[in-house]
Amino acid sequence: MKIGAPKERAQGEARVALTPESAQHIHKLGHECIIESGAGQAAGFDDDAYRDAGVEVVDGADALWTTAEVVIKVREPSEAEVGYLREGLTLIAFFWPAQNEALLERCRATGATVIAMDMVPRISRAQKMDALSSTANIAGYRAVIEAGNQFGRFFAGQVTAAGKVPPAKVLVVGAGVAGLAAIGTATSLGAVVRAFDVRPEVAEQIESMGAEFLFLDFEDSQDGSGTGGYAAPSSPEFREKQLALFREQAPEVDIVITTALIPGKPAPKLWLEDMVQAMKPGSVIVDLAAEKGGNCDLTVPDERIVTDNGVVVVGYTDFPSRMATQASLLYATNIRHMLTDLTPEKDGVIVHDMEDDVIRGVIVTHHGEITFPPPPPKVKAIGQSAPKEKPKEPTAEEKKAAEHAAFLAQTKRQVGMLAVGGAVMGLLGLVAPTSFMQHFIVFVLACFVGFQVIWNVSHSLHTPLMAVTNAISGIIVLGAVLQVGSGSWLVGLLAGISVLIATINIVGGFLVTRRMLAMFQKS
Amino acid sequence: MLSQGLVSAAAVAASVLFILSLGGLSNQEKAKRAVWYGIVGMALAVIFTMLGPNVGGYGWMIPMMVIGAGIGVYLAKKVDMTEMPQLVAALHSFVGLAAVFIGFNADLERRRVMAAQLAGDAGERFSAFAALVAEKTPAELTFLQVEVVLGVFIGAVTFTGSVVAFGKLAGKVDGKPRQLPGGHLLNAAAAIVSLLLAIAYLNGAGFWALLLLALLAFFVGYHLIMGIGGADMPVVVSMLNSYSGWAAAAIGFTLSNDLLIVTGALVGSSGAILSYIMCKAMNRNFVNVILGGFGGSKGPAAEIEGEQVAIDTGGVASTLNEADSVIIVPGYGMAVAQAQNAVSELTRKLRAAGKTVRFGIHPVAGRLPGHMNVLLAEAKVPYDIVLEMDEINDDFAETDAVIVIGSNDIVNPAAEEDPNSPIAGMPVLKVWEAKHVFVCKRGQGTGYSGIENPLFFKENTRMLYGDAKSSIDALLPMID
Repeated sequence: MKIGAPKERAQGEARVALTPESAQHIHKLGHECIIESGAGQAAGFDDDAYRDAGVEVVDGADALWTTAEVVIKVREPSEAEVGYLREGLTLIAFFWPAQNEALLERCRATGATVIAMDMVPRISRAQKMDALSSTANIAGYRAVIEAGNQFGRFFAGQVTAAGKVPPAKVLVVGAGVAGLAAIGTATSLGAVVRAFDVRPEVAEQIESMGAEFLFLDFEDSQDGSGTGGYAAPSSPEFREKQLALFREQAPEVDIVITTALIPGKPAPKLWLEDMVQAMKPGSVIVDLAAEKGGNCDLTVPDERIVTDNGVVVVGYTDFPSRMATQASLLYATNIRHMLTDLTPEKDGVIVHDMEDDVIRGVIVTHHGEITFPPPPPKVKAIGQSAPKEKPKEPTAEEKKAAEHAAFLAQTKRQVGMLAVGGAVMGLLGLVAPTSFMQHFIVFVLACFVGFQVIWNVSHSLHTPLMAVTNAISGIIVLGAVLQVGSGSWLVGLLAGISVLIATINIVGGFLVTRRMLAMFQKS
Repeated sequence: MLSQGLVSAAAVAASVLFILSLGGLSNQEKAKRAVWYGIVGMALAVIFTMLGPNVGGYGWMIPMMVIGAGIGVYLAKKVDMTEMPQLVAALHSFVGLAAVFIGFNADLERRRVMAAQLAGDAGERFSAFAALVAEKTPAELTFLQVEVVLGVFIGAVTFTGSVVAFGKLAGKVDGKPRQLPGGHLLNAAAAIVSLLLAIAYLNGAGFWALLLLALLAFFVGYHLIMGIGGADMPVVVSMLNSYSGWAAAAIGFTLSNDLLIVTGALVGSSGAILSYIMCKAMNRNFVNVILGGFGGSKGPAAEIEGEQVAIDTGGVASTLNEADSVIIVPGYGMAVAQAQNAVSELTRKLRAAGKTVRFGIHPVAGRLPGHMNVLLAEAKVPYDIVLEMDEINDDFAETDAVIVIGSNDIVNPAAEEDPNSPIAGMPVLKVWEAKHVFVCKRGQGTGYSGIENPLFFKENTRMLYGDAKSSIDALLPMID
């Protein structure tokens, strides 16, 4: 099929959905790629680069939309672009179906299939197409860089001849993908990073990135994790505690990066005006939630403002476009993986498999019907299932009782076996001569030693073990050696043959073991 | 001539060295040193015993040793690693036969000593063993007879059993379970007759009783192992390993030789543990394996839906090129096709491309415990990427591609999913949890157990039909 990527018409959008690299992979799926002339310009890919990768370059949106059977885009379609939609055409783009109901309805009427990249379910299998995560990752990184741009000091602490510089203190609110990316970037620049999130299970992730998790002391330790790996709104009491914690932090921190979002809701207000007032002059707030109204009271979307007390509040919403090359590379890869899943036979035929959790989840209109919202996926998201899967811890008493019962059962079994064994020994002792019993002690002890030793043998050495035991069972040669000197020719003959074959065993067994062991090599 | 005290001291040293030698097999590096302990222990034991009191017949014994050593060296150098199971089985048969002969000798010497004592003739030439017998009390002599019976019986079963196992492993005897009419009743009858003969022998019957007993035991060994199929050979070989140890221990009692008793007990328990591990890995009990056949099915097996989808090497190669982690699960089919070197080369190429490649080995893969490990080691696959089932089973879910080479039952999901399956409950490698599974297989047939494998019908499974070696060789140039 023909996969086409038009130029993004939205204001300030520099990304492109197809890169020369992703085009090569898409070719392998049996598809052809076309691109509108100049579409990749802003992201640093010129038309020649596409031509070299075997992509057909066409002039104008008209030509592209009419030839392509699958159109891949970054932003949701504009008024004009909806006009190109038709039955049989597949559109893949960020769509935000929940917020764009009118647009969804118009797309439905055209009969086209619309795939929303923002609807990729958060399950392991779909991670490679999770464009929201790759976008958030870029935003998190860029937020720190942007903050550094506005901030008048070093991130890392230094002791120089010209004086001591304290490290910058960074607070990251919300440890989703963007938050974690911001934590990683800030710590690697040398800042002291603290982070907060309502989901207690991310504490470990925060600490693994090198930041300090701000622990909120709350009685009913509320589990703020909602469905699908996102946070849920919190209760008013919890919110108060949270704000108190931030108020305490405000005078101390130099840079605040807020990333708190709740799916389908306006961003929660977490950084209030009084906190901004409490901050030192020259401090920077980067609000990654600006598009959804912002986490900070003073955020103005798409603008950088300076408050009366000299705090810079950055409300840019176009962080991905500020890193258009990187963003395009990642987004194009996400798209490419989506196309791979849509082309199961790799034969250039797109199949809309409505049974597949991921594909069902992303398709929002199909054959003139609205298929949004999708049914809940059969596979649950990782974030949700992880904390709840914990088996119920048995209480201390139950544990004790179970242990005691197991101990009793084991004792019973052992005592039983010992009693039986003892009885057998006793019977044997009644009839057997002393000399036999002495040898028998040796035999039983050797069996015990054997059992203890063999259990430790590594599985992979079982064949060498057999060869070694084979060799040492050739010890039977001693019996023959003791008999071979007999005056009887028959005894001598049989003993001689025994010596012969037992020696084969000893020598062959040991040599072959050595040969085998020499082959075992470490990488 | 050394004193008995010195010989005993050497025996103590040899026992300790043997224990160290087995204990050292807990890891690959220590094992290389441990073999030397075994060799030194054996040398000490043999040399000191040879030079001990009353030992004679050197002119006959030493040439035999030299010839035996020569044959041993030749065998050890010549054998291919794929032939390891046969070699092990053949060596077991030697121990068994030697035990039978030494048991016979013990009885012959006992008779000679008793005859000489009756006749009051001190001039007869006795062996070191006969000198020992001469000092025994009548009660001890009766026990000696019991020990002889045990040694001969176990030795004889080991001998023919190992010969049949050798034949089956070497492909000289049909691998299918095969029994004479009457089945296990014949074995039971033979065992009962043997018991009667043993009682007759203890009550003074002549040497013929012992000989007949040995012949019956030969039959039991032959018939028992003939009735066991090729894929159960890991258990059989470990069992015979165990028997050869017990035979040595019984002979040790006969000869009142503690070193033989200790060594025999070590080997016997080692084999017993191996058999136990193998049985556990198949979720069957020992008796069930030895008596042959799978346990009765509790109901109809679950219907398998879907079809087997074939793939060509190009398709496998492109998936492997995209994969980050690969697990290879080899089975007996890899040994049959001699594909281990091709597999090793594939591993090397994939690793050079920066992919994680590991091997998952089921305890009963192959025809000998640890068989696959030895084959892979021979092909220079580093042992630290060759993992056991328990170590790797949880990692399949995060693996991009699994290549199953010539194994079937050990990757059968029916063991976990279908309670009516004959292999239900057997621990298996959960290869089907990986994203892609490629099964390298000769044709569409079922495995040894004759059970249909639902793995082959799963959505993420692709079948690569053909000889394992040529398939992998064809795959190699396409990996970049």
